[in-house]
Amino acid sequence: MTEKMELKSVEVWDGNLAAAHSLRQAQVDVVSAYPITPSTPIVENYAKFLANGYVEGEYMMVESEHAAMSGCIGASAAGGRVATATSSQGFALMVETLYQASGMRLPIVLHVVNRAMAAPLNVNGDHSDMYLGRDSGWIQLDSFRQQEAYDLGLMAFKIGEDHGVRLPVMVHQDGFISSHTAQNIFPLSDEVAYSFLGDHQPFNAMLDFEKPATYGAQTEENWHFEHKAQQHHDLMTKVFSKVEEVFAEYEKISGRKYRIVEDFMMEDAEVAIIAMGTTVNSARLAAKIIREKEGIKAGVVGIRLLRPFPFEQIKEVLKDVKAIGTLDRSSPNGTVGMLHNEISGVVIENEKVPAMKNYIYGLGGRDITIQMLQDIFKELDVSAKAGKRVGPIQKFINVRGPELSFLGK
Amino acid sequence: MAEQKKIKNLKEFSKSVDRFEGSNLLCPGCAHSIIVREVLNATNDDLVLSAATGCLEVSTAVYPYTSWDASWIHIGFENATTAVAGAEAMYKALKRKGRLLQPDRPPKFVAFAGDGATYDIGFQWLSGTFERGHDVMHVTLDNEVYANTGGQSSSSTPIGSSTTTAPAGRVSYGEKRVKKDMMSIMAAHGAPYVAQVAPNKWKDMIKKIQHGFAVEGPVYINAMSACTTEWRFDVADTIAVSDLATDSLVFPLYEIIDGETWNITYRPKNVIPVRDYLAAQGRFKHLFKPENEYLIDEWQQRIDKEWVRLQRMEENSPR
Repeated sequence: MTEKMELKSVEVWDGNLAAAHSLRQAQVDVVSAYPITPSTPIVENYAKFLANGYVEGEYMMVESEHAAMSGCIGASAAGGRVATATSSQGFALMVETLYQASGMRLPIVLHVVNRAMAAPLNVNGDHSDMYLGRDSGWIQLDSFRQQEAYDLGLMAFKIGEDHGVRLPVMVHQDGFISSHTAQNIFPLSDEVAYSFLGDHQPFNAMLDFEKPATYGAQTEENWHFEHKAQQHHDLMTKVFSKVEEVFAEYEKISGRKYRIVEDFMMEDAEVAIIAMGTTVNSARLAAKIIREKEGIKAGVVGIRLLRPFPFEQIKEVLKDVKAIGTLDRSSPNGTVGMLHNEISGVVIENEKVPAMKNYIYGLGGRDITIQMLQDIFKELDVSAKAGKRVGPIQKFINVRGPELSFLGK
Repeated sequence: MAEQKKIKNLKEFSKSVDRFEGSNLLCPGCAHSIIVREVLNATNDDLVLSAATGCLEVSTAVYPYTSWDASWIHIGFENATTAVAGAEAMYKALKRKGRLLQPDRPPKFVAFAGDGATYDIGFQWLSGTFERGHDVMHVTLDNEVYANTGGQSSSSTPIGSSTTTAPAGRVSYGEKRVKKDMMSIMAAHGAPYVAQVAPNKWKDMIKKIQHGFAVEGPVYINAMSACTTEWRFDVADTIAVSDLATDSLVFPLYEIIDGETWNITYRPKNVIPVRDYLAAQGRFKHLFKPENEYLIDEWQQRIDKEWVRLQRMEENSPR
């Protein structure tokens, strides 16, 4: 039998340990994994739990990330709770199998500790890997701090495993800033966490020999489109309500409120920063300061759910704003950033179309300071007051050399 | 101990319960379907199967149809072994937790993959699964070529074979490299059972598959699968060509137990020349031009040498 772990009401955990505890409390049946910085401590901690009798599932320490996700797919199709973790290059190696997991509608949970993509090689945090996964058919949840990596880590199972959803879920956190920095974490007890999830309820399990299932069939031009359309349909119509339902249920047991779009001081905001990851917290602090110091009506929109993309919710939050700065922590390599594209597509549906500016920042773990975020708010305020965008559309922040900006000069 | 089927003759075999339906899109004369039937018919236990991308996969699970009356999964080209390894891990986990749906029905886990998906692109996944010791069987449907995509060379393609990526031409005799020795490689993993089989020797094959199902741990089966399309012989001659392969010792039938005990399981009464095997197939036709004839001699010498090596391995095995 599994040992219960007595947790204090407040623990000091980094984001990786927090994620590992969410896997332990979910009593995952199979973890199939391969270590990679900065996500490695998730599977190391999980191995320690296993070695000390705190989990009784199977742990496949495989020979690559591709095999890790391949093992997850086989295990999930067999009919049980499955999870793994990765980052960056490992995520890239998994990409083929990510599409296979979602196409077969297998509710695997993947912790992605976000890290830059080589070359040049870099182990630090940016969102290149997260962006790489955005068309793969997975649900993508983003945490802005360590506590959220734990909370979303538990909720991910409940969302993905729902029989109306049946889709794999990524839980993102920033490499090192979140994964390797300890904070106060308020965990649930093992009993409360597990009863929140319950046992995994299999669906078309390969281990149900009364009802053999064929997984991964061939479809060509006659059926492929319908399968993809069905998956998109379910992402667009079934996930939002399920996520909201699970957030509400989780609030009851944890007291912590989650929203698909985490708006901050947006009620009267004239300028807004749209961001993901730990930068959301920094931007909130910068918004508070700039409101007090300069009287700029600043707000922040954090994207909690990247896929499916909460188009309607964001549209509502941004309906009165005059200037928006989209912050992309990934090299757009030849266009505007992903968030800039997505948000532009949303705001042109509003009556008042705001000025839009795109900031590329923090690549490979480069710092973004509260001062830099205040400067962005000030720039946005100039556009808001002018009633149109002032200056270029795209600007690189905190990079060596003369100011680097593109488009709309 | 798992129940083993007793099948005395081909008539009985043809009537045995078929979990792989005859309705599939494989070429007429394809040995794949014969091998798959022989593997599945070696046990009455429930099955969890996987297939790598390849001829078998594209011919047996074309939505909305399936030829499989057993649980079956296809992920990609390279990871069929890991797919059943994952399922096997789930079986162990749910067994430990008392959550199996049918706890009294322990299944067999079998991966099917072509030589491309085994010798080449899936090599790492196969090796990893064997190193971890999963209780699974990997069956290679070895037709020595990427047949599904039109006959490109794999590292199983034998020297002198004309393929679409190593075509015989005015200045080339086709494939330049000899076939990779997967049997020794898999034996070196310390697998409890490694065996080479051929569909024409079906009794030998069923015995080996049943041995493989009976042992704990990863089992590697290398099954010769004569390919009427890429080897270029008449669709009615699959078994005749297979007989030439086993009787010329180009495809010797043997097994390796625990990586150390080698047993030759078929000794032809009359060993036929390799030349006869090569002459039966269009892929080797150009070897019979005068400028290439030396390759046939080299083929014979290589096969003779390999047969001596196998016998030496057998003699030196611990008994």
